[in-house]
Amino acid sequence: MTTKTESKLEKLLARGEFVISGEIGPPKHAGPEGIVKHAENLKKYIDAANITDNQTAIVRMSSIAAAFHVLRSGLEPVIQITCRDRNRIGIQSDLLGAYSLGMRNVLCLSGDHQSFGNHPTAKNVYDIDSIQEIKLVKDMRDSRKFLCGEEIKQNEPRYFIGGVANPFADPLEFRVARLEKKINAGADFIQTQAIFDMGRFEKWMEMVRKRGLHERTNIIAGLIPLKSHKAARYMQKFVSGMLVPDEIVYRLEKAKEPQKEGVELCVEQIKHLKQIEGIKGVHIMAVAWEEIIPTIVEKAGLFPRPSL
Amino acid sequence: MIVAENKPFHDILGLIEDAKKILIVGCGGCVAVCLSGGEKEVGVLASALRMSRKKEGNPLETVEVTLPRQCDPEYMDMLKGYVKEDIDCILSLGCGVGVQFIAERFSKWVIPAQNTKFAGGTIAHGIWEERCGLCGECILYKTGGICPIIRCSKSLLNGPCGGSQNGKCEVDKNLDCGWQLIYDRMKKFGKLDLLLKIEPPKDWSKSRDGGPRKVVREDVKIS
Repeated sequence: MTTKTESKLEKLLARGEFVISGEIGPPKHAGPEGIVKHAENLKKYIDAANITDNQTAIVRMSSIAAAFHVLRSGLEPVIQITCRDRNRIGIQSDLLGAYSLGMRNVLCLSGDHQSFGNHPTAKNVYDIDSIQEIKLVKDMRDSRKFLCGEEIKQNEPRYFIGGVANPFADPLEFRVARLEKKINAGADFIQTQAIFDMGRFEKWMEMVRKRGLHERTNIIAGLIPLKSHKAARYMQKFVSGMLVPDEIVYRLEKAKEPQKEGVELCVEQIKHLKQIEGIKGVHIMAVAWEEIIPTIVEKAGLFPRPSL
Repeated sequence: MIVAENKPFHDILGLIEDAKKILIVGCGGCVAVCLSGGEKEVGVLASALRMSRKKEGNPLETVEVTLPRQCDPEYMDMLKGYVKEDIDCILSLGCGVGVQFIAERFSKWVIPAQNTKFAGGTIAHGIWEERCGLCGECILYKTGGICPIIRCSKSLLNGPCGGSQNGKCEVDKNLDCGWQLIYDRMKKFGKLDLLLKIEPPKDWSKSRDGGPRKVVREDVKIS
């Protein structure tokens, strides 16, 4: 099967492998040691790792710089580029620079509003939106053109392009239409918001399949392993765009060992998702609990990971 | 005032091409003052649209009304009698606020006839300029009454960039450098020392960056 890029993630998906990606959040300081440690611990258990871009609008080491440390440690990074902090000039410049450093995957997203972060008085950019960003990356790769139309005469960046989708935001029907827009814009893969309400997710997937969208992109289901019922309750109440059913909160609340129960739940979810037509992999966002990923992957029967 | 400018005539024609009968709504507020959306402009636009459509062999019927303001529910009430069943769409000559107030109030397709430009004032007959950036936290007391947010192309807060030459901005040689104007004025008032203070980053959450804004005045609320 021919692939468009040198991305390992793309090659694995093209081969029909059920992929696993993880997430590494860069630190709030300039030291690379923590990132390197995470990358080394995870590299045998996941196929790629998203490196977040100032997530929740809190200043951290840049996604591209942190991704460079991850890449050097032997794990394939997926850089993230939000539209919040840079305009079309900055985004294209970063795409060139990151590619020159060996990055082959990019996730395009609008980014959390700065009012959620630690610099709420900042001006935001949003010069282009996530769908325009996806098209921009695709046009740089497939048409060898900058956004302005000027030709990229040599060494065009050839990224495997990702977007995000939230099946739990409203209106549900428009979420599917918006996914289609992202695919039409050029999204090669889609990572979803963390799934807790499996019923709603399956309903969304059914609509996705009805439009044949699962055959036009690689849908990777998002998961967050839960440490406690408090974490579940917090997400249910305070994180916008998330749906956490009460039964999940109760299940963790009743559990003697909540962390173990959280792992169990995540493993069940993976096994279930694997059976859903059109799901090509899982994206495990173990925020501040990266070390649990190997356990989850092993228990889900997905270890060892395939090699190219 | 809010300064607006009519969309190109052919664009407006295109936007109403499916309609047979339209209601054209003018506004007696800012856009009447800047001569783009008052009663007179409504009349001129209506007859131009009718003539053009007649020439195409696809006649258009127009109903015209100009409200004292489109940004007030009280005046919007006056529109009720005009928004009849046979009206295919409403063409508003108000600013973006007027268009939205009509859309919020009536279950009819609404089309803007204007491009809303800026908050500014009249310089000479037929010339309007931008003066306020609507940033939500006025700093004109620091800069001699000249706004660096809107008069400087980069919204710099600590003086002119290196592109300011002969009092003009690098973006356009016909454009005054906002910071040259500020400097001259501060000098005149003997307050140049104020410009030496390092101005900290602005709180943009009070501007549009914080999300859509709202003002609530408990003291003037009724009930």
